Amino acid sequence: MAYSDKIRGIYTGTLNEIKEKGIFKQERPIHSAQAADIEVEFPMGSDLKKVINMCANNYLGLSSHPDVIKAAHAGLDSRGYGMSSVRFICGTQDIHKELEAKVTKFLGTEDTILFPSCMDANAGVFEAILTADDVMISDRLVHASIIDGMRLCAALHDTFKHSDMAHLEEKLQLHADKRLKVVITDGVFSMDGDTAKLDEMVALCEKYDAMLFVDESHSSGFIGKTGRGTHEKCGVVGKIDIITTTFGKALGGASGGCVSGRKELVEMCRQKARPYLFSNTIAPVVVSGVNTVLDILSKSTERRDKLEKNTEFWRNGLAEAGFVLKEGDTPIVPVMLFNAKLSQDFSKALYEEGVYAIGFFFPVVPQGQARIRTQVSAGHEIHHLEKALEAFIKVGKKFDILGKTKQEIIAMYGN
Amino acid sequence: MAEMKDIVLQYVINEYLEDEDEVLSYDSPLISGGIVDSFSMVSLKRFLENKYKISIPDDKATPEAFDTVNKICALVNEYIK
Repeated sequence: MAYSDKIRGIYTGTLNEIKEKGIFKQERPIHSAQAADIEVEFPMGSDLKKVINMCANNYLGLSSHPDVIKAAHAGLDSRGYGMSSVRFICGTQDIHKELEAKVTKFLGTEDTILFPSCMDANAGVFEAILTADDVMISDRLVHASIIDGMRLCAALHDTFKHSDMAHLEEKLQLHADKRLKVVITDGVFSMDGDTAKLDEMVALCEKYDAMLFVDESHSSGFIGKTGRGTHEKCGVVGKIDIITTTFGKALGGASGGCVSGRKELVEMCRQKARPYLFSNTIAPVVVSGVNTVLDILSKSTERRDKLEKNTEFWRNGLAEAGFVLKEGDTPIVPVMLFNAKLSQDFSKALYEEGVYAIGFFFPVVPQGQARIRTQVSAGHEIHHLEKALEAFIKVGKKFDILGKTKQEIIAMYGN
Repeated sequence: MAEMKDIVLQYVINEYLEDEDEVLSYDSPLISGGIVDSFSMVSLKRFLENKYKISIPDDKATPEAFDTVNKICALVNEYIK
């Protein structure tokens, strides 16, 4: 037997260490479709509980939208279940090309290439377009998938302090001798909910002859007046060289992602990006669903407008109740608790009150920055948010943190 | 040498410290102390090369050689002509 007691012991020991540190992750099975109201089994084996979901990336409430489900059924019937191939062998259907064209138009770019996920897009894009003669300069809070992608690339990697434009400019000057420079940022930062200063970044990139890369996973579909993303909000549509985004959040929530941008860079990905070359094509059922999502969003801004109103209601309600929030205007609203254990206890108490929201702590967020990350959806009605707010206030009173400053909360619970 | 130490120390403080109250000395462990990670060492090396017009071979730019301001300055001085 190759899997000896010694080998098993090594893994058991490591898993026990994770448990002792209090960072062991457990799944919570949902016995219903993704929506504002869900039925959850937590802990595993317990009775189902109806709760309001405040932690899904289902920003536009399209994950279970009847038109999207209908389109997915139609795609399944007409194009089958799977393609049993990567894209460039026999895995490209007409609907894949249709989706690439729709994304290009929606984002205002030159061309688009689909990937199995945005994680794959970020893992593959840098290695495909850069060499050891180049440099990647990234914001220090970019998503983990971007960090992995940069690790796979031979180009030099440097960072700038989060959203610090003066520091970014210093780095552009420091690396002026490099053949190609790429500045890398998230559009909306997933843990803090703040927005990149894309207008200033475009100006700096033009000044120093650098390309700009933006991950729009937490923005596509709802940020900007017509939901095109952070580049629309900042008035720089057409000026972002590389956009990556996901179809696994606002755009239907199933799976899949893409690289969209300058046509030469997209073509380099078709020739060289390993997750594109060596991983299966997106299933026809998903492609059909996303095609319809983009049709819905191109016809009307109703859903992103509702999300904006819901976000305002939620953020104002929490602020008036006396919670410490991260500033911003996106549907990601972090309620700051600072202490890791408090964030876990707070999340459990919310669940008892019928609200599902997760506590995040180090290493997912910086040390001493534990929080409950809440996410608003257009699938929420005001009565959902009112009930969730009542629960937050009740639990906030229980832990005596309402109206308290950061320093006061840390004095009570530590950080 | 004293001036170089202050320049390097100030660069490290400006570049890597998030907590304004943290105090660093010439002998504070930067890499082994978790202040500078392996990604960030790259910018420190490039800063030194640009500032002092030198080229530090990659095999000399080890985490040990970059672990304190004193060690960094000793390394830089080996390459200044």
